[in-house]
Amino acid sequence: MVSICMYFQVHQPFRLRKYSIFDIGTKKDYFNEKYNLKLNNEAILRKVSNKCYLPANKLMLKLLNENDFKISYSLSGMAIEQFEKYYPEVLNSFQELVDTKKVEILSETYYHSLSYLYSKEEFKEQIEMHKEKVKNVFGVNPKVFRNTELIYNNEIAKFVEDLGYEGILAEGWDYYLKWRSSNFLYKPKNCNIKLLMKNYKLSDDIAFRFGEKSWKEWPLTIEKFGQWVNAAEGECLNLFMDYETIGEHQWEETGIFEFFKKMPSEILKNPNNNFKTPSEIIKHYNPKDEIDVPNLMSWADVERDVSAWLGNKMQQEALAKIYSVEKLIKENSNKELLDAWRKMQTSDHFYYMCTKWFNDGDVHKYFNPYESPYEAFITYMNVLSDLNIRLKKEEVIIGGKKSKGY
Amino acid sequence: MKVLMFGWEFPPYISGGLGNACYLLTKGLAKEGISITFVIPYAGEEKAEFVNLIGVENIKEFKVKVVNSIIEPYMSNKEYKNKLSKIKNKSLYGNDLYHEVYRFSLAALEIANKEDFDIIHCHDWMTYPAGINVKHLTGKPLVMHIHNTVFDRNSLSPNKYEYDIEKSGFLKSDKIIAISKRVKDSLVNEYKINEDKISVVYWGLDNEKVNEEREKKLMKEKVVLFVGRITMQKGVDYLLQAAKKALDFEKNIRFIVVGSGDMLPQIINKTIELGLSEKINFTGWFNPKEVFKAFQIADLFIMPSVSEPFGLVALEALKNSTPTIISKQSGVSEIINNCLKVDFWDTNDMADKIVNTLRYESLNNELRYNGNLEVEKFTIEKPAKETKEVYIEVLNNG
Repeated sequence: MVSICMYFQVHQPFRLRKYSIFDIGTKKDYFNEKYNLKLNNEAILRKVSNKCYLPANKLMLKLLNENDFKISYSLSGMAIEQFEKYYPEVLNSFQELVDTKKVEILSETYYHSLSYLYSKEEFKEQIEMHKEKVKNVFGVNPKVFRNTELIYNNEIAKFVEDLGYEGILAEGWDYYLKWRSSNFLYKPKNCNIKLLMKNYKLSDDIAFRFGEKSWKEWPLTIEKFGQWVNAAEGECLNLFMDYETIGEHQWEETGIFEFFKKMPSEILKNPNNNFKTPSEIIKHYNPKDEIDVPNLMSWADVERDVSAWLGNKMQQEALAKIYSVEKLIKENSNKELLDAWRKMQTSDHFYYMCTKWFNDGDVHKYFNPYESPYEAFITYMNVLSDLNIRLKKEEVIIGGKKSKGY
Repeated sequence: MKVLMFGWEFPPYISGGLGNACYLLTKGLAKEGISITFVIPYAGEEKAEFVNLIGVENIKEFKVKVVNSIIEPYMSNKEYKNKLSKIKNKSLYGNDLYHEVYRFSLAALEIANKEDFDIIHCHDWMTYPAGINVKHLTGKPLVMHIHNTVFDRNSLSPNKYEYDIEKSGFLKSDKIIAISKRVKDSLVNEYKINEDKISVVYWGLDNEKVNEEREKKLMKEKVVLFVGRITMQKGVDYLLQAAKKALDFEKNIRFIVVGSGDMLPQIINKTIELGLSEKINFTGWFNPKEVFKAFQIADLFIMPSVSEPFGLVALEALKNSTPTIISKQSGVSEIINNCLKVDFWDTNDMADKIVNTLRYESLNNELRYNGNLEVEKFTIEKPAKETKEVYIEVLNNG
């Protein structure tokens, strides 16, 4: 008996506008780029919604209504806010999915942040904020947690358990699984919370390799995929991926919609297969073993570590600087400043500063709305300077002269 | 394979990147087993010692032939006449630049008569008439190597005569090597040359290691460095505007301008006008060793060129682990990622990047480290191999 557990991540950051040193002290709308379409959040959200969220939700709704099909989502607060602000229809379509009662919504940090690594208090607050938002929008209480980019270790699992969660998601990385398969429910070391680990091979066959013509399994038909599922050993098969896989990362032309359209009926042809949400997996199966993950693990890159966000000195400086003003910003009563400060914690800002792949000169493989990681850093630090000026009421140079700022 | 190559300058007598680039190319080609006779215009008393001075004694199959001529690289007709007026024996030389270029092309024929070669290879417009003549005489394939065009030398009023010489050179060549896509595009758009005829070959650098022990900086200020001719094309006036703006934010910056050129007096005047005379130093020409030292004390190198067909100096800065800002209007910006890029006219963006690179040690270090790592890919072997491929292609077609 194999249960397929599918989780899709839905996230869009509030990208920082073009912001030069001359804007410091004069522009407060950090996330409001109009002209550069790569940074225009509304334009991007509409584009991704039309290519992915809307058609994918339509398809999923049909599949949920017609089959014994279950899925789960985690929507960052940043994505939900942007749907509310720019494209409410999309949020409605997610609500319709949740209303089928066959969809589980997971918990995460509201700002899709790396806060656990810098401030546990902030981490906790952002989880609370997200919980409240999900309650308001979908009327549900999440029981299972997934951290930003599946960043995980024993300590995080314990912390999340103490917050009252029943389960947590992580990458099924062989380095920690050792001889064990990801296709079972586990427990973190010295914890009672349940641990669901991603089957990265089958997940990434869809998320990364699906449309790649040089891949020896291309084209990946649902029949072939079904055979792989039937051949899989274990109890639960965890397919975790970005929702943008459907239609955005893998374009419609690759046949990705057709693939998902036939998925429930093909998988359910085998009477031993079924679909379950993470909470159902936890209820239905017993932990097979204890997994010890002492170091930070994520679902990113071949390294599966946190180097994509903290790997270089710029990223470390930017992160250290943003969290260094936490106390001050929370003492300040300005809600707008607090919100901007939190939006600047979104992991994407630091990802744009990553130089790991940039060194290969293979810029095309590398997604960055800024011209380079260095420009991403400069933009970020300029905005942070402005935030500091507003926070500390510092003097500022405007038009070559010292001024009061605002 | 034997190549008869026409150039304008060769180390140690160089005024721009061309001499250096030709030196690196011939060195790389020698490693590919190609023998070269390099013909340059030269007039001077040290003529007899010249070949020894160039330091190519360890390169076999390489000889330099000198044509007695007072042509200098990137010289204008006005500069030529100026130079001629100071010479005693005027009758030896042409009465204007174009006449002198013609004279050089006749001398080239004499050399070609005595040399054994398979391919003619010309660098930039002054050598095209020579190359065309030799092609007529011998029927050997002709390769034109384009380092810049008349539009790079003077974008506002391109010289019609030089344009015509260039265009006829491009048309009569069998194959064209452009040193960047930027140059290739200019050939296609401005000269209507068939793009299939043009190969892009980017420059590389010598693999010699940079001295591990870096030059020590004695100044307390952060140093921003410019190296190049002080001409319209190099965008120094834009740098001045950006400097003025950057200094509004960070007082602790010193700008060092290395090089000379026709705009120098104008630029010095503007420096005084802007009140920057205490913040900008003009050093005049530095030899290559001095330039490397300058790179090493600099916290930032900037190349704000209005039009830069390639920009080898940027690779040299990166090789010396100097964080670098280059203009997007440069060929080198097509191949380097680990640097900052600006439009030459966008002095706000330039100031923003100068200030931030000096303000944040982390950014400075990442640019320093990653730029140096990236530049290692651009060796002299690569352009030599690609040039050899062009030679093989023209020989096979011939």
